[in-house]
Amino acid sequence: MEACFPAAKATRKAWDQIPRRPESIIPLLQSVQEEQGYLSEEGIAQVAAHAHSAASAVYGVATFYSQFRLRRPGLHTLRVCEGTACHVLGSEEVMETLKELLGVEVGETTPDGVFTLESVRCLGCCSLAPAVMVDNETHGRVGRKEIAAILKRYRKDAR
Amino acid sequence: MRKIRELRVGLATCGVAAGAERVYEALQHEVETAGLRLPIKRVGCLGMCYNEPLVEVVHADGRIDRYGHVKPEDAPRIVSGRAVKDLEVDSERFLSRQVRIVLENCGRIDPESIDEYRANDGYRALEKALREMTPDAVIAEITASGLRGRGGGGFPTGMKWSLAAKEKGPKKYMICNGDEGDPGAFMDRSVLEGDPHRVLEGMVIAAYAIGASEGYLYVRAEYPLAIARLVSSIRDARAAGLLGDHILGTDFSFDLHIKAGAGAFVCGEETALIASIEGRRGMPRRRPPYPSSSGLWGKPTCINNVETLANVPWILRHGAAKFAALGTEKSKGTKVFALAGKIANSGLIEIPMGMSIHDIVFDIGGGIQEGGELKAVQMGGPSGGCLPASLADTPVDYEALKATGAIVGSGGMIILDQETCMVDVARFFLDFTQKESCGKCTFCRIGTKRMLEILERICAGEGTKEDVGRLVDLGEKIKANSLCGLGQTAPNPVLTTAKYFADEYAAHIEGRACPARVCKALLSYRIDPATCKNCGLCARQCPASAIADGDGAQVIDEVVCVKCGRCRQVCPFGAVLVLTGKVSE
Repeated sequence: MEACFPAAKATRKAWDQIPRRPESIIPLLQSVQEEQGYLSEEGIAQVAAHAHSAASAVYGVATFYSQFRLRRPGLHTLRVCEGTACHVLGSEEVMETLKELLGVEVGETTPDGVFTLESVRCLGCCSLAPAVMVDNETHGRVGRKEIAAILKRYRKDAR
Repeated sequence: MRKIRELRVGLATCGVAAGAERVYEALQHEVETAGLRLPIKRVGCLGMCYNEPLVEVVHADGRIDRYGHVKPEDAPRIVSGRAVKDLEVDSERFLSRQVRIVLENCGRIDPESIDEYRANDGYRALEKALREMTPDAVIAEITASGLRGRGGGGFPTGMKWSLAAKEKGPKKYMICNGDEGDPGAFMDRSVLEGDPHRVLEGMVIAAYAIGASEGYLYVRAEYPLAIARLVSSIRDARAAGLLGDHILGTDFSFDLHIKAGAGAFVCGEETALIASIEGRRGMPRRRPPYPSSSGLWGKPTCINNVETLANVPWILRHGAAKFAALGTEKSKGTKVFALAGKIANSGLIEIPMGMSIHDIVFDIGGGIQEGGELKAVQMGGPSGGCLPASLADTPVDYEALKATGAIVGSGGMIILDQETCMVDVARFFLDFTQKESCGKCTFCRIGTKRMLEILERICAGEGTKEDVGRLVDLGEKIKANSLCGLGQTAPNPVLTTAKYFADEYAAHIEGRACPARVCKALLSYRIDPATCKNCGLCARQCPASAIADGDGAQVIDEVVCVKCGRCRQVCPFGAVLVLTGKVSE
């Protein structure tokens, strides 16, 4: 498993600090996702082993919280804010535009592997509604023009 | 030459999203090239989000100039103070009626500097508590202040502390709930980002009062900046002897951990939050036993919200009486609100309890965007309700708001205008709670799903006469038969809109019309041949190729039209009409 899972070593080293108890499941899953972008089957098994828990319990936790994903995402993740302020200021149009421009549905990744489209419940920057988060960068007051510019910029960087 | 004491750049999440980081760099560059020795401070959120990026120039005499919508190229003007008139913002109206206790330091101090927090009376309340007061005296002071839980529940904080204090130790836990999950709320984020030490100080004081030795700060993972600032604040507080063993040289020891939440609205509920810290699925359990007697790992536990704890240092420094002098008979002190939606001045405000919703919207918030009309105010997010404009004189008071069907809530205040469809808003919140229901209680799990289906049907123009009655009936049953706050409050947005906007539900159901022109299934787009100049701009922009040349004007094929509204946005002549209902306008 080690060979096909090169990140595992680094993960395990950082894990020395994390107690080997079930309470560590969420931070452990967060560290796996931080490194790999998603939770692989191996990742879940490693978390279960470290936390002395059953893999099924870890899987239960992973599927309960919206932060965790079980599929490998694209290079960049677009999160369209669907909070209340964004909703009344047109987040639906933002989402429709992105679906149209990317040709994917929510939760899917573009065939070139550059973008994953997701929605998020509230980014907490309601005064900049409607907002879109690209990876860790928040873009406020996005209209059609801004969306096109954002996609262009990240596409260019991806090349 | 004018004398400037310092420059402040608002670098909370909202400022950063608006481009404040680049403004900060430009100012730094400008100051360096000019060879000036001028401190540029990275501060938290001043609350004037509608002006971001925001730069403040503090003069030697204490006068403050505020500049809004600053771009990096404005840096030379700001540093030299020449030709800056067009950047100046009028903050008088926004700030003058606010009373800042929780937000006292937000936007003023560098949140990452413990020294600056201490220079502004920070940790003095902790010193006072540990050196001069017994735990009972601390609880008595908080009880006398009348402080109530700011997370939405409104439970008296002093009583919560005394319940936990009465329990036998030795092990007790103190938890700070920073799982701000309400869509449309960002009060806790701003406090954690703008003044993290205040929350830590409040927590240590609370821990001392109840006798806790260990604590957890539970913060949403979606708030990476808040978490980063807390991590550095905890490190600095430990180094300064304000956290850890023998705090300030006394016998009291307390240390805390940060837990990043992983995204679940239900974790705002106490017992679900505890389950989440324990590493399990965040599902609530039956109470009693209450967390005060059996909480985290079965030990006595006290859970307070971020804003509640941020009030504590101020109360101890200024005395309970001064706090209780603010507000109404049963709702004391101040409340922080996140103003958003169709409001001119969106942002973060702190007002004394008792101020009317009308004054908040029109005096502080500057009224509705683009001359619109106030239709309703949504308070308390998915657990709250919609207050119609006719009840705008209602004061911010736990009991007065509850009587209307809305709640003070955690502080989200979304302003809605005539372009907002109330049925759609109700559907929006039900969609939220239905997805966030943990699934434990049947009424919540299935009942919210059925309510959502009815609302979707109404929005799609397929509602029946019995539907509103069904919604109310289901709503009451869900409230009565759910274990936790999520289910008990989930029907509120529907119940309040059905009560105050019955005509809008009727228009959807009987007239097949959406008066606000939001529900797509009830709209049709048409081009007015008399106004159309036949330029073809709409046809070129139409993503569905639904527009074609007609007889001297463009014509929309309603079968192909996807009702995206882009033709209406791009038409320079206002020739695109949106029609709704059986009777077209």
